[in-house]
Amino acid sequence: MTKQVQQLDRVIIRFAGDSGDGMQLTGDRFTQETASFGNDLSTLPNFPAEIRAPQGTLPGVSSFQVHFADHDILTPGDSPDVLVAMNPAALKANLSDVKKGATVIVDSHDFTSRNLSRAGYAENPLEDDTLAEYDVHAFELTDMTVEAVKEFGLSRKDSSRAKNMFALGLLSWMYGRPTDSTVTFLERRFAKAPDIRDANVTAFKAGWYFGETTEAFAVSYEIKPAPMAPGTYRNITGNLALAYGLIAGSTQSGLPLFLGSYPITPASDILHELSKHKRFGITTFQAEDEIAGVGAALGASFGGSLGVTTTSGPGLALKAETIGLGVMMELPLLVVDVQRGGPSTGLPTKTEQADLLQAMFGRNGESPVPVVAPRSPADCFDAALEAARIAVTYRTPVLLLSDGMLANGSEPWHIPEVADLPMIDPAFATEPNHTVESGKSAGERDFWPYLRDEETLARPWAVPGTKGLEHRIGGLEKGAGHGNISYDPANHDLMVRTRAAKVERIARDIPPLEVDDPLDEDGRGADILVLGWGSTYGPIGAAVRQVRSSGHPVAQAHLRHLNPFPADLGAVLRSYDTVMVPEMNLGQLSMLLRAKYLVDVIGYNHVRGLPLRAAELAEAITKEITR
Amino acid sequence: MTELLPLPGLRHVPAADAPQNRKEFTSDQEVRWCPGCGDYAVLAAVQGFLPELGLKRENIVFVSGIGCSSRFPYYLDTYGMHSIHGRAPAIATGLATTREDLSVWVVTGDGDALSIGGNHLIHALRRNVNMTILLFNNRIYGLTKGQYSPTSEPGKVTKSTPMGSLDNPFNPVSLALGAEGTFVARTVDSDRKHLTSVLSAAAAHRGTSLVEIYQNCPIFNDGAFDAIKDNESRSEAIIPLAHGEPIRFGRDRQLGVVRDRFTGGVRIEENPSDADVLVHDAHAADPTTAFALSRLTDSGVLAHAAIGIFRQVEASTYDDQARDQIATARAGTTDTRTALAGLLASGDTWDVV
Repeated sequence: MTKQVQQLDRVIIRFAGDSGDGMQLTGDRFTQETASFGNDLSTLPNFPAEIRAPQGTLPGVSSFQVHFADHDILTPGDSPDVLVAMNPAALKANLSDVKKGATVIVDSHDFTSRNLSRAGYAENPLEDDTLAEYDVHAFELTDMTVEAVKEFGLSRKDSSRAKNMFALGLLSWMYGRPTDSTVTFLERRFAKAPDIRDANVTAFKAGWYFGETTEAFAVSYEIKPAPMAPGTYRNITGNLALAYGLIAGSTQSGLPLFLGSYPITPASDILHELSKHKRFGITTFQAEDEIAGVGAALGASFGGSLGVTTTSGPGLALKAETIGLGVMMELPLLVVDVQRGGPSTGLPTKTEQADLLQAMFGRNGESPVPVVAPRSPADCFDAALEAARIAVTYRTPVLLLSDGMLANGSEPWHIPEVADLPMIDPAFATEPNHTVESGKSAGERDFWPYLRDEETLARPWAVPGTKGLEHRIGGLEKGAGHGNISYDPANHDLMVRTRAAKVERIARDIPPLEVDDPLDEDGRGADILVLGWGSTYGPIGAAVRQVRSSGHPVAQAHLRHLNPFPADLGAVLRSYDTVMVPEMNLGQLSMLLRAKYLVDVIGYNHVRGLPLRAAELAEAITKEITR
Repeated sequence: MTELLPLPGLRHVPAADAPQNRKEFTSDQEVRWCPGCGDYAVLAAVQGFLPELGLKRENIVFVSGIGCSSRFPYYLDTYGMHSIHGRAPAIATGLATTREDLSVWVVTGDGDALSIGGNHLIHALRRNVNMTILLFNNRIYGLTKGQYSPTSEPGKVTKSTPMGSLDNPFNPVSLALGAEGTFVARTVDSDRKHLTSVLSAAAAHRGTSLVEIYQNCPIFNDGAFDAIKDNESRSEAIIPLAHGEPIRFGRDRQLGVVRDRFTGGVRIEENPSDADVLVHDAHAADPTTAFALSRLTDSGVLAHAAIGIFRQVEASTYDDQARDQIATARAGTTDTRTALAGLLASGDTWDVV
């Protein structure tokens, strides 16, 4: 019997289970299948900070949401259309997010009284009316998996561990996903354990066949590929794209990359990734602490490397003094902060963008640092390359603010041609740059380490080993030009202003802010602008689309450069009656905009550790418009 | 003691084209230490000794932290960085790992290296990064005007401890040996000859060399090292360590270091027999005896101190191995931009036409 195939334009699926159930892997495989099929997609992994929280409990639930469509989409989606729950806790923890009428697929195996009470269910929700409003499909996924793989002679425990692949097979059938890449993946991953490999492949196929034969599902679904610009694509997470962007910063500048880092969630993946690519001449140094990580990176920069350090909020706090030293010594240094919930240890595995003010001001003295932020997982590549460009060109530490949502989320990436990537010129100093004016050496050429480029105000970068340019730098205030220690009041005032001016100069090579305004063409312009930065790009874009589709014009713009701002930002802000700034913090960009431009922006702020919800934001925008 | 050139520690550092002199290593900056400060003597020794190394001046880098001694780089006409408090070993680690052609020196003090920067110091020693750390120990905080330091004797009365300090001091040599430093030595600011010979050996060593330099602060801790400097007392106060030599001292060499069968350590004995006197073995792979010798130094007011090279052993270095890994990984990679294109297009890809 051939089942009916129903067309859909988009679907949101959430896989949820215990931390040990392999939900991240399941979601990742489904995503890879979906990506290679050609849908546009966006993903949201969500997992606890504990490696193995107590089994079967709410804190131990791990989930992976994937949104895929036949058109271009911006977010992992607010509410799942399909929830796959591998145990009672997964059902309990996720049900409130699921749309009424949505499909709920449950492994009923763990719905025992013990596990139900662990999850906080007094009654079995499969047997009362808890799920009355959903399209529930409860199966013995575990038993079916064990039965399917019994020929491999694994223990019951090992057999049942393949249940995630059974579920993946079932979902892959439901949505017509290509399966070859998952089979290949499993064969490679478990190459050294043939029985486990075979059990997983068999469970995966068994799940697929179950979908095809069971009468529980009358239809399967088809989501056509999304139209995309011609080119080669791959699915990529933000941390991977960021690591690639750093490597590109190295190849495009010709500077060897040095990463000094201390492991911290959710930034560690960048360290892991870069440590795999030593053939690019990359040194990865796992330091004794955050301070040593950035210190070693700065030392490498002094020696002519592209010094990079990666961290998350608490680590950035520890690095502050060294970043200040980098500001004073005016050396390139890339500081990557993959933001997470704070303050203090906060929410290590959840997202937030509340380190903006720390990035801007979290150092002693007047210590300006350029700040760059990616807007989506794939955009982490371009943002990292841009941050490297600024650091090298302007001889300055640069803060790159990613976040947990970007780090672990993924989307299709149109792989760029290397030939199209910008080149970065390190322009090392090789010759003396100054003529001695008086004294017995008058007329001789010497080297002044703080004699600046007139255009960029950057100082020369003379690396050790360069004859005749021996010089000393450090944290004490330097005299303008000659760079010797200076306590002169007027000199300090000049140097403070010059360092600030240098960072402001960067705005000269930042493109004007792109504003997407539906009323731009008739010259009128919308009344309201929604302005964001970082990972809120997706939710803001989705919300703006929803508002527009309900007939209200609304403009959208997104900042990549947080310091300096694009030169035209003030004019853009003033051209709208209302400016709304959604952020996953209590209004940090709002504060900067208000302070700098005296524009009364309206904040929209949530700090739930999760991306903003597009539907709620759309409601807030609409309310503002119709007020 | 003298190593044949090329010295292992400087193996990849280019040699100077022509003989150099002290003047070339002296910067145009006025030295601003207090009159009588021991730092002057160390600076003079270093300025005198660097030309003898025969390295290109532009391939020498001095990195320092914060404190009186950390002004050192400003007075040498080499490359230099006066960094932040306690972090010089970390900064130098990044520099030394990426630049094998540099001779990297760290200048630090007892507060800088052992208090705020203690973590970086032990980890640099553990990793054995190729650099030479000069630890100026004056047993006091000078630049902040006279508080006790982590090497001050217990009960030290200072501005911050009017009733006496309470903490036990670190013995820097014991600490370094505990971290299994591969070159650990102690010398004295006023003994130019000994200082120079230890610095030469330290520079020649491949790996992290730690040289503790007893250095007098005439303003806040004057006389802290009088016992080992005074012509009358020094012969009995200094326990001299020279590799392969029996450890005998005293005016008439009547004192000797012998093994203590009961504690497993070592002790000083009067008129020991030649057979009992310990022959110093700085090259012993196991640091236990070196550690025992380090314990002969007083933790309170200094009356006895072992001086010399405690430990000097060959071991693989972090930076050499890090560069080897890169060289292995790079084999066959000629054009990194081509390699980048391959990397970006790796994994599961699909084409849209």
